[in-house]
Amino acid sequence: MPDPVLSINDLVVEFKTEDGIVHAVDGVSYDLFPGETLGIVGESGSGKSVSTLALLGLIPQPPGRIVSGTAMFKGRDLLKLKKKELRRVRGNDVAMVFQDPMTSLNPVLTVGSQLGEAIKTHYPDEKDDAVKKRVIDLLNLVGVPNAETRYGQYPHEFSGGMRQRAMIAMAITNSPSLLIADEPTTALDVTIQAQVLEVMKRVQKETDAATILITHDLGIVAEMCERVLVMYAGHIVESGTVETIFRAPRHPYTIGLMDSLPKLTEDEEWLQPITGAPPSLIDLPPGCPFHPRCFLAREKCRQENPPLKPVDGGAGHASACHFSEELIGRKSKFSEEAVV
Amino acid sequence: MLTYIVRRILYSIPVLFFSTFLSFIFVAYAGNPLAQLRSNPRFSEQTVQNMTHQLHLDMPVVERYFLWLQDVFTHKLGNSLYTGQALWPQITRTMGHTAQFIIISEVLALILGVSIGIYSAIRQYSVFDYVFTSISFLGFAMPTFWLALLLQIAFTDIFLHYNVRIFYTSGLNSLPGGPAWSWDRLQHLALPIATLCIISFALYSRYMRASMLDVINSDYVRTARAKGVSEWRVIMRHVFRNALIPITTVAALNFGALLGGAIVTETIFSLDGIGFFFIQSLNTLDLYAVMAYLLITAIAVVVFNLIADIAYGFLDPRIRYD
Amino acid sequence: MTEASRPPQGPLAPSDDSLFPSAQGLEGENIAPGSVVAAVDDTHAAGLDLKVRSQWSYARMRFFRHRLALVGLFGLVIIFGAGIFAGFITPYTYSEIDLNHILQGPSHAHYFGTDALGRDEYTRVIWGIRTSMEVGVFVAAVSTVVGLVIGAVAGYYGGWLDNLLMRVTDLVLTLPLLAILLTATALLGQGNQWRVSLILVFFFWTGIARVVRGIFLSLREKEYVEAAKASGAGDARLMFRHILPNTLGPIVVNATLAVGTAILVEAALSFLNFGIKPPTPSLGVLVSEAQANPSTPTGGTTWWLTVFPGLTIVAIVLCVNFVGDGLRDALDPTQRRMRA
Repeated sequence: MPDPVLSINDLVVEFKTEDGIVHAVDGVSYDLFPGETLGIVGESGSGKSVSTLALLGLIPQPPGRIVSGTAMFKGRDLLKLKKKELRRVRGNDVAMVFQDPMTSLNPVLTVGSQLGEAIKTHYPDEKDDAVKKRVIDLLNLVGVPNAETRYGQYPHEFSGGMRQRAMIAMAITNSPSLLIADEPTTALDVTIQAQVLEVMKRVQKETDAATILITHDLGIVAEMCERVLVMYAGHIVESGTVETIFRAPRHPYTIGLMDSLPKLTEDEEWLQPITGAPPSLIDLPPGCPFHPRCFLAREKCRQENPPLKPVDGGAGHASACHFSEELIGRKSKFSEEAVV
Repeated sequence: MLTYIVRRILYSIPVLFFSTFLSFIFVAYAGNPLAQLRSNPRFSEQTVQNMTHQLHLDMPVVERYFLWLQDVFTHKLGNSLYTGQALWPQITRTMGHTAQFIIISEVLALILGVSIGIYSAIRQYSVFDYVFTSISFLGFAMPTFWLALLLQIAFTDIFLHYNVRIFYTSGLNSLPGGPAWSWDRLQHLALPIATLCIISFALYSRYMRASMLDVINSDYVRTARAKGVSEWRVIMRHVFRNALIPITTVAALNFGALLGGAIVTETIFSLDGIGFFFIQSLNTLDLYAVMAYLLITAIAVVVFNLIADIAYGFLDPRIRYD
Repeated sequence: MTEASRPPQGPLAPSDDSLFPSAQGLEGENIAPGSVVAAVDDTHAAGLDLKVRSQWSYARMRFFRHRLALVGLFGLVIIFGAGIFAGFITPYTYSEIDLNHILQGPSHAHYFGTDALGRDEYTRVIWGIRTSMEVGVFVAAVSTVVGLVIGAVAGYYGGWLDNLLMRVTDLVLTLPLLAILLTATALLGQGNQWRVSLILVFFFWTGIARVVRGIFLSLREKEYVEAAKASGAGDARLMFRHILPNTLGPIVVNATLAVGTAILVEAALSFLNFGIKPPTPSLGVLVSEAQANPSTPTGGTTWWLTVFPGLTIVAIVLCVNFVGDGLRDALDPTQRRMRA
């Protein structure tokens, strides 16, 4: 097995607020291998975005704080890099695509100049013409029509889908080895979503970058990712390949997620949500964060936080549940269907 | 962009029309300038009636408005009801003086306010920030006339005690009719400019700081940082340009207040400006002089708003296409 | 400029950022104010405990954390208390003439010195506070009511009514306020405190009308209003029960700040001899009297006649602004959420 491109170990991030300390990310560890697409799934508040923002140092440090952990990228710990070093990595070796294309582009600068900035920041000696040409090439790659004209236009003249494509183009300008996409399609219409995902697939083929795709949409995970992490309340509760997770989930939360999805091939009278509400991240009680809503919950769950343990079944399949064995043999809703 | 400008100009004309019309009606109904004369035994009833007729005061208000409007264009604002002299030269002279020190104050206030606002935002919660936030709060709470008086008293005191005149406390020049652009004039205008500048500065620095803080937390700033752009460039290229946009609106809305401030400072520092002229006209209930002032200031406000609108369109490309 | 038109506080209000973003957890937003966010599920009784907090107690909490606001409140209590009990705390009467002690500086007998007729300045200032208080509160209260009604009707019904209102407020906002007010008071109502107040009301209502109208316009289309409409609620009920509560926050802030602005404007008018005239005590009048007697018999400046009344005005307005700022922070509906 090749060396991982990114290796995160025991990352802990917290935020100081008026109401107390919010434990946004509570001990997250995973590896990412070159060329692979890793999905991170979870609800809002699960810590999925924060864990990746921390990598690029994009967490505002006064309220936020990276308490501990390492993030080894190409032999260096991203979390310990000095500002200058980190800036050289951002937009260069590690790039990010954000959720809301409406607000993620500067409204007073042309799209062309913003994409050009991505190049000029890291290659200041490039001539303007060369930069412009590269930007137009990128816009073509991501499927923005009339790239020449679009170059001089402002973000508000782009549609939502086009803006997101421009964002993607901006991210891959300098051929990053790691691309992080934070809910890239959440703010878009479903039909546009499909288009943008197509673009992402194309881009991945071109650049062969390792990709982290953050989403709350299991459908997107099924379509785009090879492996997936399921996060809840700042912890990874399950990890494995997409096939395994969909066919044979081994964590009550993952099962709950699957069960709550409506099935196209059957008639369902009622949707099945997970009972209860997501927890406050401030005063997390000891024990498993999911136990108040878990159908497997026992006394042990209230007291001990289950570690992420490998589960037999698939390679690299792990679950953070004390009683994951009881779920063996339990089929998910989608077990009979061919996944991916 | 050009259509935008033209549209704004066209829109201003009915506004001007309306505001002058309303002002005229209001002023005309509210007071009869000859009422005082009536009670004066030296003027016979006949004289008063003659004057009334001559000054068209016996016609319906709407007609009088249009007569006045006519006068505005043909006779350059007509004559003063009180002195009988032409108003236009008075207006131009005083307006020139007022414009001189208002513009200097505004430009200074903007430059200082914006810079300090930017720095306060970058160094939030620092000593610098606290000091200037306090100054802003004080600026909001201080009556313009009081600040002017304080400055006047302070520098008069200095003169009385040390016999040194740093800044003059009244008049435009040491000798009436002195040059407009001279050290002498500057010394005379220093205190009025300081007064208006401090008050406006408080406003601009506070709003700029707030605007900067607002923008600094925007998604697109995060995107810029994620691209690896240096913090300096992030502030100057991304944050500053966006943060400046609301300031044009603030400046536009403040202009009316600036003219009000001019009235006060000119009165206190005995400057021959249009504000002082206005106060005098009010004191003598000189209808046409008052109308002249209101018209000129309305035009000034409209022009200034136009400039602000254009600046806004220049800064914010989204607005150019509405 | 402080005493003439300040920009409308609503849309451009610089809200003092709170130090920390508040972690909402997932209690949700867009709750109809006044309703209580409660833990609904009994699964929670077992495990985590959601804090039950109403919108208003949150606001109260935030206000009291705002130190400046508390200082302002304290200051106002003292100052307005002095105004209310003026008769009891002043050592002399307002018009007590003492020709043996004219134009004297501050001393034991006369804290703020004496004026040209030997009257005690301290006494006069205290009585001036009462007048300012009356004017400020009256103008703020009445203009708020008027502005509320007009703004609500315009915002709710829209159409030509709304257009008309907008044009009128535009007009009032862009013309130099002081000039208009001077004209108004010169011609209509000099001298009398209540006439001046009414004239001020005539121009102050526009500020609050704009803000209210904006809120009504935006909320008119919101889902919960439509839902109420669908269940048969009439116009009045919709306006009062559903939309109005949302305006209370900005209204309170606006009204508070209006007190300060009104006091400043009245002072300027009185100073220029077009507002309140003697014998009614007014801080502005006191300062203009100081102007009439700029030097003492011994050749110095009568600084105390200018400084003390003015300082009082500054103190009042400062306290009002502190309180207003605190209220704005407390009632600001845009709370920052944390992204997970």
